Amino acid sequence: MKIGVFVCHCGSNIAGTVDTEKVAAAARKLPGVAFATDTMYACSEPGQEGIVEAVKEHGLDGVVVASCTPRMHEATFRRTVERAGLNRYMFEMANIREHVSWIGKDMDANTNKAAELVAMAVAKLREDRLLFPKKFDINKRVMVLGGGVAGIQAALDCADGGLDVVLVEKTTTIGGKMAKLDKTFPTVDCSSCILGPKMVDIAQHPNITLYAASEVDDVSGYVGNFKVAIRKKQTYVDWDLCTGCGQCMEKCPSKKTPDAFNEFIGPTTAINIPFPQAIPKKASINAEACIMLTKGKCGACAKVCPVEAIRFDQQEEIVHEEVGAIVAATGYDLFDHSKYPEYGGGRIPDVITSMQYERMLSASGPTGGHIKRPSNGEEPKNVVFIQCVGSRDKSVDRPYCSGFCCMYTAKQTILTKDHIPDSQSYVFYMDIRSPGKNYDEFTRRAMEQYGARYIRGRVAQVYEKGDTLIVRGADTLTGTSIEVEADLVVLAVGAESAKGAAQLAEKLRISYDTYGFYMESHPKLKPVETNTAGVFLAGCCQGPKDIPSSVGQGSAAAAKVLAMFSKDQLESDPQISQVDIKRCIGCGKCMSTCPFGAIKEIDFRGQKKAEVIETVCQGCGLCTATCPQGAIQLQHFTDNQILAEVTSLCPPLLEKSFE
Amino acid sequence: MSEARTYGYYPGCSGMGTSMEYERSTRAVCEALGIKLVELEDWSCCGSTPAHTVDHVLSAALSGRNLSIAESMGLDTVITPCPSCLTNLKTATHRMENPEFRSKVDKLLDKPAPGGVAVKSVLQVIFEDVGPDAIREKVVRPLDGLALAPYYGCLMNRPPEVMQFDDPENPTSMDEILKALGADVVPYGLKVECCGASHGIAQKDVVTTLSGRLLDLAYAEHAVAMVTACPLCQMNLDLRQGQINSANKTNYKMPIFYYTQLLGIALGLPEKELGFDKLAVNPAPVLKAIQEPSHAAS
Repeated sequence: MKIGVFVCHCGSNIAGTVDTEKVAAAARKLPGVAFATDTMYACSEPGQEGIVEAVKEHGLDGVVVASCTPRMHEATFRRTVERAGLNRYMFEMANIREHVSWIGKDMDANTNKAAELVAMAVAKLREDRLLFPKKFDINKRVMVLGGGVAGIQAALDCADGGLDVVLVEKTTTIGGKMAKLDKTFPTVDCSSCILGPKMVDIAQHPNITLYAASEVDDVSGYVGNFKVAIRKKQTYVDWDLCTGCGQCMEKCPSKKTPDAFNEFIGPTTAINIPFPQAIPKKASINAEACIMLTKGKCGACAKVCPVEAIRFDQQEEIVHEEVGAIVAATGYDLFDHSKYPEYGGGRIPDVITSMQYERMLSASGPTGGHIKRPSNGEEPKNVVFIQCVGSRDKSVDRPYCSGFCCMYTAKQTILTKDHIPDSQSYVFYMDIRSPGKNYDEFTRRAMEQYGARYIRGRVAQVYEKGDTLIVRGADTLTGTSIEVEADLVVLAVGAESAKGAAQLAEKLRISYDTYGFYMESHPKLKPVETNTAGVFLAGCCQGPKDIPSSVGQGSAAAAKVLAMFSKDQLESDPQISQVDIKRCIGCGKCMSTCPFGAIKEIDFRGQKKAEVIETVCQGCGLCTATCPQGAIQLQHFTDNQILAEVTSLCPPLLEKSFE
Repeated sequence: MSEARTYGYYPGCSGMGTSMEYERSTRAVCEALGIKLVELEDWSCCGSTPAHTVDHVLSAALSGRNLSIAESMGLDTVITPCPSCLTNLKTATHRMENPEFRSKVDKLLDKPAPGGVAVKSVLQVIFEDVGPDAIREKVVRPLDGLALAPYYGCLMNRPPEVMQFDDPENPTSMDEILKALGADVVPYGLKVECCGASHGIAQKDVVTTLSGRLLDLAYAEHAVAMVTACPLCQMNLDLRQGQINSANKTNYKMPIFYYTQLLGIALGLPEKELGFDKLAVNPAPVLKAIQEPSHAAS
């Protein structure tokens, strides 16, 4: 076998602390190596061409590139050797950047280690066999999880692209957080007026199936062929019959039910439709507040319902859907402001959250668009906004910036002036972060045209003094402490990952960060992909985002799905386990250890044997390590290949002792 | 009624002098609530503010000595009415969890400081070990309708990782005790604000500003009196109320009680024992509003 070795400088990334020429010289002495050289940038066009030419010129059978992590460029170099006429699995990579040059400064030690890693790669390559991917059909349906604006956009774009879309929403209506907003920045246009038509499109699109009040129970399968079990929660109303007329809401006697859509600042009825533009516009019963369900008597809604849709005995049910791709757009939750007891949230009635304020500003909100102090219903004159409540604060485990609070606070100061012309807004801020298009102009407008007084500094305490609130804080620009009298205090709460995000990530087999936000495949170049093929991300489940970014990412995820579905078949990775049927004793240990359920039991001439389901196997190698017979082998990582690597590093003592 | 609980008692220096009424009423109330106080024999000053500002090791050694007295008397818990003493005892215990620090402290002591003696405030013991419900049952002179502003001071609950009692921003233990006595507790947002502490000596305007703000809020919330748990806070608000009034051009006559004094009066203890005569602002108008003991309840 003739092997070529290419040692990359990666500019000074590797060559700065590794003598690449020496590594190449050492490689030349290895058995099977016909050609070895160092190269400036192996991944660049001339670098790749150099590999192709060397393969042709020296008649190479396999190639080793010693450079960066395989996560970065393994696929690149496999394409290169394929272009040179080799099988793409006759390629090995030695990571001498992340594993060598970036972690040590000693030139000699680094050079030595790099040479050893190259020797291991060469040894393994000598055992490499040609592998060929198989093709499999894909199911061109897509599931979108989450009906906020990101999920809506992804669903509509996919549906417009001709795909069948299944949209799953946890609550009883789509619309997400955006549906709760009164206006949007920086245009101050009506949120529900721009979102409403999109929601209607979802309801009317022939390609979209909507499951509201539903959650994902289980996900199995693999890219192109996912099987998803969806748990449809009971709403106690037959949605096939319900027309959304709302007569049940008028008659329901339980009128003091906490209203989640209105952020609990106003009551609703036990049976309700969350808001007038809800999609689907169907009623559902809050089981905790319903008198019939808690005490067994009432049934007023059932009596008035003209289509007899009320079902007090409804049970949840599981439905199954098969799709080829999944877009997670599960959004975010707002920070629990009671973690700042010094601000009095939850204790002092006139301290509210920004989302509660938003509902108060909304004409369809519980106060009909009038700003009122919760304590006495009066109109406030001095409104104090406190920024970064649950953002950029390590002490509450939220060190990150939520990104949109500066902007929505500016918007709320403008709206406050519009609603109450003789009011005065104060904003306590740390920095103003408004980097979007027309964003900085917008915050300036809040200050200059609408007279919002911005005070740079954190608030220490909010306390009641008679009828008013005293907000004590620092003004770090003048270096003094400051007290502001307020009638209403609005806490600009930050974003955190949605409740249950981690559990869903486990079901989807995608990773999430310390704070529960889903990890993209690459922070710059693969922002909507995950490391699990066929699962994409959109919106705030990946990190806090404003509406334009969420919509952009929703479209991007849809584009990725459409691109994937533009092929009729996908290639499966051949780096999977294979059973040597002669060696297999049918003990079943591999089956119980496989986390993906990729091994099944078969009957082979009357004997129990294991068989790998090729499309399900993820190539993790757990079964290989478990098999007592060595009958199951992970292709491209067989026992022989790994032993060859080890032997190259630690030659057997036996030979030496007989010298 | 449950049997008496026994605690090591550390009165602190101010209890012997400037806040005798706090000390006296604490003893009276504890006896009435079945809390047996065993005073530490030959206890020494905790070092107060000067010691810990100069030398943490010395400060811890002073507390360490008092704790080892408790240990040698067979007491597992030391309680004190004064938040400043409490801070020193607790901080010393907290710091001595570090072996290096502990060895420095032990060098200054005749015998190593004990590790297992718990430190609590009298307030914590009354709130946690007796509890508002048991107190409510013993009230014979309820403080009906008395609007009171509870003021804890900056030390009693903070820093939370050292003090480990109640909420550091919005403590409610004293509120609950006062409510159990029948009082109206007004919403008081400055419960844990600083009164100015010992700045009264060096820079009086700090105290007149900070304590003035405390009185302003109590007045704005229509409280008839403030209730404290700290000798220094009480002194700043009470003894210096005239100075505060003249500096801020106010005219407050706000009595500043120790919570133990009000607890005592509600439990029907003789007023003589509670040291009302030691207060600078005349408490008589407020005390007059409290009804005579109802014989039915006793």
